[in-house]
Amino acid sequence: MKPTDIAAPDYFHKVVDCQWACPAHTPVPEYIRLIAQGRYSDAYMINWKSNVFPGILGRTCDRPCEPACRRGRVEETPVAICRLKRVAADFKDDIKQRLPRPAPKNGKRIALVGGGPASLTVARDLAPLGYHCTVFDADPEAGGMMRTQIPKFRLPNSVIDEETGYILGLGVDFKGGHRIESMKALLSEKYDAIFVGSGAPRGRELDIPGRKEAAANIHIGIEWLANVSFGHVDRIGKRVIVLGGGNTAMDCCRTARRLGGEKVTVVVRSGFDEMKASPWEKEDAIHEDIPILNYMVPVAFKHVAGKLIGVTFQHVKAEYDAKGRRNLVPSGDPDQTIPCDDVLVAVGQENAFPWIEQDCGIEFDKWHMPKVDPKTFASTNPKVFFGGDAAFGPKNIIWAVAHGHDAALSIHKMLSGEDISERPLPEVQISSQKMGIHEWSYDNDISVDKRYKVPHRDKVVALKDIRAEVELGYDVKLALGEAHRCLNCDVQTVFSTSLCIECDACVDICPMDCITFTGNGEESDLRRRLKAPSLHPDQDLYVSSDLKTGRVMVKDEDVCLHCGLCAERCPTGAWDMQKYLIEMTHAGSTCPTKSRSAA
Amino acid sequence: MTYIAKPKFHHPGLKKNELGYTHRDYEGKISTLCAGCGHDSITASIIEACYELSIEPHRVAKISGIGCSSKTPDYFLGNSHGFNSVHGRMPSVLTGANLANRDLIYLGVSGDGDSASIGFGQFAHSIRRGVNMTYIVENNGVYGLTKGQFSATADRGSKSKKGVTNTDNAIDLVAIALQLGATFVARSFSGDKSQLVPLIAAAIGHKGASFIDVISPCIAFNNHAGSTKSFDYVREHNDAVNRLDVLVGRDPIAVDYAPGTVQVVEQHDGSKIALRKIDADYDPHDRLGAMTFLQKHAAKGQIVTGLLYVDPDAEDLHEHLNTVETPLNTLEADTLCPGSAVLDKINASLR
Repeated sequence: MKPTDIAAPDYFHKVVDCQWACPAHTPVPEYIRLIAQGRYSDAYMINWKSNVFPGILGRTCDRPCEPACRRGRVEETPVAICRLKRVAADFKDDIKQRLPRPAPKNGKRIALVGGGPASLTVARDLAPLGYHCTVFDADPEAGGMMRTQIPKFRLPNSVIDEETGYILGLGVDFKGGHRIESMKALLSEKYDAIFVGSGAPRGRELDIPGRKEAAANIHIGIEWLANVSFGHVDRIGKRVIVLGGGNTAMDCCRTARRLGGEKVTVVVRSGFDEMKASPWEKEDAIHEDIPILNYMVPVAFKHVAGKLIGVTFQHVKAEYDAKGRRNLVPSGDPDQTIPCDDVLVAVGQENAFPWIEQDCGIEFDKWHMPKVDPKTFASTNPKVFFGGDAAFGPKNIIWAVAHGHDAALSIHKMLSGEDISERPLPEVQISSQKMGIHEWSYDNDISVDKRYKVPHRDKVVALKDIRAEVELGYDVKLALGEAHRCLNCDVQTVFSTSLCIECDACVDICPMDCITFTGNGEESDLRRRLKAPSLHPDQDLYVSSDLKTGRVMVKDEDVCLHCGLCAERCPTGAWDMQKYLIEMTHAGSTCPTKSRSAA
Repeated sequence: MTYIAKPKFHHPGLKKNELGYTHRDYEGKISTLCAGCGHDSITASIIEACYELSIEPHRVAKISGIGCSSKTPDYFLGNSHGFNSVHGRMPSVLTGANLANRDLIYLGVSGDGDSASIGFGQFAHSIRRGVNMTYIVENNGVYGLTKGQFSATADRGSKSKKGVTNTDNAIDLVAIALQLGATFVARSFSGDKSQLVPLIAAAIGHKGASFIDVISPCIAFNNHAGSTKSFDYVREHNDAVNRLDVLVGRDPIAVDYAPGTVQVVEQHDGSKIALRKIDADYDPHDRLGAMTFLQKHAAKGQIVTGLLYVDPDAEDLHEHLNTVETPLNTLEADTLCPGSAVLDKINASLR
């Protein structure tokens, strides 16, 4: 293998698994260290800069960082990154003075369609640069799906008000209750750029017999949740069936339990393990006495005299064809009818752009989705950008934020006369953590604690009040314990070939057997000759150039604890622990634009 | 030394030996030696050898004297018996322990000061008597604990860190061990575990006095240009006569070397050593030849490493003395003290 080019920003970024997995690339270990130090406001601001909604995401994020967390490969469970983010939000001081000031206007006007996370991120990035941002939303308040679809017992209004408020306070115009009905009309208002962050607002229908006849008691999940959120709906029948296996279904069933549903059942087509809902959301639903039945396909709504009385299901089983694709085929068991009073349909969400006319210069593909550049988020109309669920279909908040940052960068570059396809490199700061012979400026003593549970409100109390937040968040002590579980993966092991005397001290001390000195070879060959088996080929090998004996140093990054013992035991300082702080470049950064080399 | 304990976590894919232990289970406390010390690599090699042999830790007694090297038993086999004795007295303590209980595996760990200076006589007599043990000298040619004076194994002409040339002749412990009748004699280098680990494993399997001289550079005081015990010097002058694999019955290692280049030696405990010859003319069963070979190469400034001599059918001290097989601590009082009638009988036989 060629010697690893550690100057390429992506190499060490990949080692910070959580940050690499995060769509917004939040510097996770950096803010977890700040939490451990009790510097909650500093931790909050790192998050705010990167993911815009720390308090909201600390409660609702889909957490792509946690399955990626290195700790999950070392022991059973990853660090509770998401809930630590909430700790920063819960315990911070007043941070208003740290926010950017509303800037003098630069005369450029941006229209943002939809008041959800994508649009608000664009506004957050552009308003401090002097852009006049106007956000339009059909709902009276900002927040989009964060406000309408996520139940209050998971995300209180106060958190949404606070964090949307920080953005609107930057001098952003918010036009609530103002639905954009025509793209053509919007274009005619001569905005310098338009950003569409209108989400995936339409719940998918379930067109099976009885749908029309029993319509009064069959509700589309996201619409019903929005109605609950606005107080239009405050009760539901005692027996409720929720159809669907995603997070919306979990929100529906738990909401139903709080509005009078005594016997709430979730029924999914797939197997339990293949459900789209996050594992912790399934756990929370089951904890609230909601059974989840699987491998059952709804075939008909049963009704008598226009009144829903139940749903009939066909039992299926999974079969895999030669290509490994799954098919659900009837299992042969007789159909089953489950009696119920109401049904909530949460079988997916769709995009809908009835308000974008065909002759706006915005092209759509065969799935009726706009053609959007995945890097620049530009549509085929150079002035119109898309982001969030509106760009590539339903994802989640953190993706919308990431899209927002990228779209804002594109808009800023376009309006500065730059080529929007040239994307800036991330900002990287490198600093040795060495303080003394055996002292480091980070805590390298590895905690063996298991993941700390987040305290929950008593179930009886929680189920009585739809606005009572179920999760109470970590207290300071629990947060400190959980923060110590972080392995500081951003403190990198950096190797200097010229200093190495091949004494084997690092090999001997490494608790995870990460380091091997051996003859060079192809990657697959090297992986077979490592001191400990290579379990995850997607994790990089760090390879040095040739050493004096003709061998090379190979480090499997996979389960490195970043404990720094290799550097402590190294007599010549060939190993050093260096913090790589990598931050994405957002709109308005002074960093010169360089085209990115392939890492 | 480090301030933190070595983390308990280990690689999730670590292999387990016959006893269900990973190599991490054979570790001791974290080393307090200087960073990069060759002794730590010897520690790691002992750990690896014991892991590979699936040795039950409670069956090992590790005995040492004084010095950097003699501190190391604290860093391996944390669940074994240990005795950190007086300077240079490890061989006597080990001999005594061995006489009292022949069921344990005896690891004598010593250094060049402990064995070639203050304990030179002790070393000589334990070898001479054929105590069943693995005697490892961690040889760095300097007194590290007292800041780097030449030890008795420092080569004549070798330069100290301050530039002073050694004018005394060196004691070659391997040559002495051969002369005194050690039945397993090897030399290795802390920077070459692929050679050292099988040597230690083979020595543990050998019945009789096994002696391994391991050159172990002292990073702090003896790893500079002009030293003959530095990493660079040893790597440049290393003349390995053979490499070996230890074949434990349960886990035969496929040996696929060209015919005639491998010699299999069956040991007393049933294990086999596959010796891959590097020097075609070298015969590890020829004590006299080995001694000559050593002298010739030493004169050329070469450091001969590998398994230099082995007598697979050696006897040990217990056989010479015709001692009881049962460990003394499990003998009942009436066996240990059979009474005056037996004493009278013995006395009568001597009249």
